[in-house]
Amino acid sequence: MNFLSLFVLIPTLMLLAFMPCKNNMHAIRTVAVTGASLLLMLSIYTVVVFLNARAAGDASPMLFMADTMWYPSLNIHYAVGVDGISVAMLLLSSFIVFTGVFASWNMTPQPREFFMWFSLLSIGVYGFFISIDLFTMVLFYEVALIPMYLLIGLWGTGKKEYSAMKLTLMLMGGSAFMILGVLGIYYSSNAPVHTFNLLEIAKAGIPLSLQYYFFPLTFVGFGVLGAMFPFHTWSPDGHASAPTAVSMLHAGVLMKLGGYGCFRIAIFLMPQAAHELSWIFLILTGISVVYGAFGAVVQTDLKYINAYSSVSHCGLVLFAILMLNETATTGAVMQMLSHGLMTALFFALIGMIYGRTHTRDIREMGGLMKVMPFLSVAYVIAGLASLGLPGLSGFVSEMTIFIGAFQHDDMFRRVFTIVAVSSIVITAVYILRVVGKILYGTIQDKHHEHLTDATWYERLAVVTLIVCIAGIGMYPSFISSLIRNSLSYMAAW
Amino acid sequence: MDLSNYLMMKQEMSLLVVFLILMVYDLFASENGRKWLQPMGVVLFLVHTVLGFLPYATGTSFAGMYVSGAAEVAIKNILNVGVLLMFLQANGWLGKPESSFKRGEFFMLTLLTLFGMYLMISSGNFLLFYIGLETASLPMAALVAFEKFQKNSAEAGAKYVFNAVFSSAILLFGTSLLYGAMGSLYYDDLSMSLISNPLVILAMVFMLVGLFFKISLVPFHFWTPDVYQGAPTTITAYLSTISKGAAVFALMTILYKVFGSMVFEWHAILWWVIVITITIGNIFAIRQTNLKRFLAFSSISQAGYIALSVMAGTPMGMSATMYYILVYIFSNMAAFGVISAIENKTGKVNMTDYNGLYKTNPYLAVIMMFALFSLGGIPPTAGFFSKFYVFMAASAEHEYVLVFIALLNTIISLYYYLLVVKAMFINASEHPIEKFSSDGYMKLSLVICLIGLIVLGFTSGIYEYLNTVGFGI
Repeated sequence: MNFLSLFVLIPTLMLLAFMPCKNNMHAIRTVAVTGASLLLMLSIYTVVVFLNARAAGDASPMLFMADTMWYPSLNIHYAVGVDGISVAMLLLSSFIVFTGVFASWNMTPQPREFFMWFSLLSIGVYGFFISIDLFTMVLFYEVALIPMYLLIGLWGTGKKEYSAMKLTLMLMGGSAFMILGVLGIYYSSNAPVHTFNLLEIAKAGIPLSLQYYFFPLTFVGFGVLGAMFPFHTWSPDGHASAPTAVSMLHAGVLMKLGGYGCFRIAIFLMPQAAHELSWIFLILTGISVVYGAFGAVVQTDLKYINAYSSVSHCGLVLFAILMLNETATTGAVMQMLSHGLMTALFFALIGMIYGRTHTRDIREMGGLMKVMPFLSVAYVIAGLASLGLPGLSGFVSEMTIFIGAFQHDDMFRRVFTIVAVSSIVITAVYILRVVGKILYGTIQDKHHEHLTDATWYERLAVVTLIVCIAGIGMYPSFISSLIRNSLSYMAAW
Repeated sequence: MDLSNYLMMKQEMSLLVVFLILMVYDLFASENGRKWLQPMGVVLFLVHTVLGFLPYATGTSFAGMYVSGAAEVAIKNILNVGVLLMFLQANGWLGKPESSFKRGEFFMLTLLTLFGMYLMISSGNFLLFYIGLETASLPMAALVAFEKFQKNSAEAGAKYVFNAVFSSAILLFGTSLLYGAMGSLYYDDLSMSLISNPLVILAMVFMLVGLFFKISLVPFHFWTPDVYQGAPTTITAYLSTISKGAAVFALMTILYKVFGSMVFEWHAILWWVIVITITIGNIFAIRQTNLKRFLAFSSISQAGYIALSVMAGTPMGMSATMYYILVYIFSNMAAFGVISAIENKTGKVNMTDYNGLYKTNPYLAVIMMFALFSLGGIPPTAGFFSKFYVFMAASAEHEYVLVFIALLNTIISLYYYLLVVKAMFINASEHPIEKFSSDGYMKLSLVICLIGLIVLGFTSGIYEYLNTVGFGI
């Protein structure tokens, strides 16, 4: 068996291992930490083997491929394989899952059920990133979506039922577009036998007249998950209502499924249509970037601020992908990683702060730096990463994106790049506003004076994420060397 | 008379044997001995089901009246599995004092309708088809009105009789027009000489309408919610899965074999019928509070999805249809099984009664969730696979617009399926359904359903087998 399948197998075994746990918190934690650590080790192993293989001169688009026939009559395979981008995404997912387990250390009620749904979500996420067969991608995509409903509806806060339903239905609506696009790709590719295999379809190509239909469908389908304007409205409500670990996983990884899907399916398979139609989506994602940032400025709930900031940052991912050149796409992958880690850190910190102060309203908080210095400093670091301070991951990714975007010499793209760049300023506004309001100044609520700082498991989660963010910021060439070969075979540029 | 004709009818024969054994036993059994009817019925039917999987002869007999090909045998086996599940679920309901003395009638009536469905499926002549249809309809009305002292059940029975007779009459009128135009009732003769002219189109429309009544496609669905609500839950499950599956298969054979040359005409009819069926079924399901009525509307919209792959008119469409019917039987049987288990113990069938079910009866809630996810086409249940293949079959014929409408409708359907999931898992209740344990038969049937819902999709063998037996226009 190919070792990539372990990425699906381990969460499946976790799911089964949770079943006999009843409500024994100790057993649940043991299973969760073991599984998450195994996944983390597995993804680090994958990175190492991948880099070795690339160093040894293996330049094929996908490595470690394995192919098992599943439905012969429909030519559906269980096919796995990774390139640099998927490896980066696997690494990101493992870090988020690992820290997510620690962020939900004291999950109540029904901890076993929470972790079972959490494992199902992980199955979907990992499965999506390792698949190179469109059918299994759709399958895993939907497997990743449906647990969100109960995770938010049961363990969420605020108007959780409304948010859960809105999120599920909107994302499923996206998948309706996407499934139609996938069926269209299957039937219209020039491959001698109808196939779902990404590489075979890319090699055979799709007639341009049909690409005009199926490119927008797939791009919109995944764009919904990537929070593209005007389909982003699920994101603020969903993130605000979700429990901490779910917000982390959702903003950190699930939204990346959207960007990854847009790149891997829409642009990789239909490059000509992408060239012709990218202007429509550039306008929409440009709006996402700016609108999300402005949205964050006026919010008063910490989670809403972050959710809108996610809309802005994820919009930037799609914006960069649509620039259709190597530099911008490298930036997009970096931004996916950077935003994933950064948002996960934000949501983890917000969850920890909320767990202590029982409010997320920034007007009711202040001077937290004095009572919980560790969490506050971590929040400042996350904020600085988000507004693009050099040395942290946000800077390198946004810089790469804008350089790549500005390489186009047509007026339209340059103007939109400048518009998108302006979001950095707005980001600084809402980040510094929050930092100044809740961390500095006087303590607003007397009860806040006696709050405790982070516990060991919270520190572990936070430190892990900060190290990763700083790591990307200090040593970005690691990421670009990881994905370089994976972009050169793209036909789009 | 050449007795070898009967060799083709292996499944009908063994069904009749089961029927006769049960009838004779019921006649001579004492009051106390009647309770053995349940295990006997299950075991005998199991034997019959297993016999159906043994190697069979294919071909036609009685001069083309009766056709038994691989597809016919496969769909009969699928229906057998569903009936077996239903027999397992019936025990709790039949064991009640007010219906226990009618156990024998239940088995006999069910087997008779199944016999009628076999004839519908295997007919090669409209005369036999009509006999099968009537054999399947009239005992069904008796089953619907089984709890005759309950107003709902009696009313449902009356409604079913009227609609069954009405639709049969329409179908018969269509058949007579066709006979008038073509001079034959044999499928083979008709398919060879059929040319599209106004009279034939009129005949086809009448016949389709008659069948649409059976499958409860909109706008011929008005009887469905009332009958489903009034009938005993086990019978509702039977109506919504087995009866519907058989009628869809019959529709498919008639469209492919007889009206194959008029594909242009019936495509246009089916296109619109599918769009309104899926949409209306979904929209009406949203506001239902009674779960049986809720599943009635859900099954109306499911019928639209089944018709989607019928419309493809290809071997792939046929195998997707049969696979969809199989998965649909498992999903609906699981859902109705849970409803009937709860109804037997507590008499509650409203959605609000299910609030907090997960806390008290976690297994039932999980099975119900799987069933609803499967109906909604959510992986990892088999419903995802069956829906995807239906869409694939329709897309292969470039019906992208229709597929898109159907896909958008899956979102609406997901909304109301999630409402039930929400009631069971999220809503809190002051008076949840108390913890209880069902009888062994019910447990067995629910476990089989659950395993089926997971295994049917991930193992490709069954679909691949169905793919070898399907035929197109």
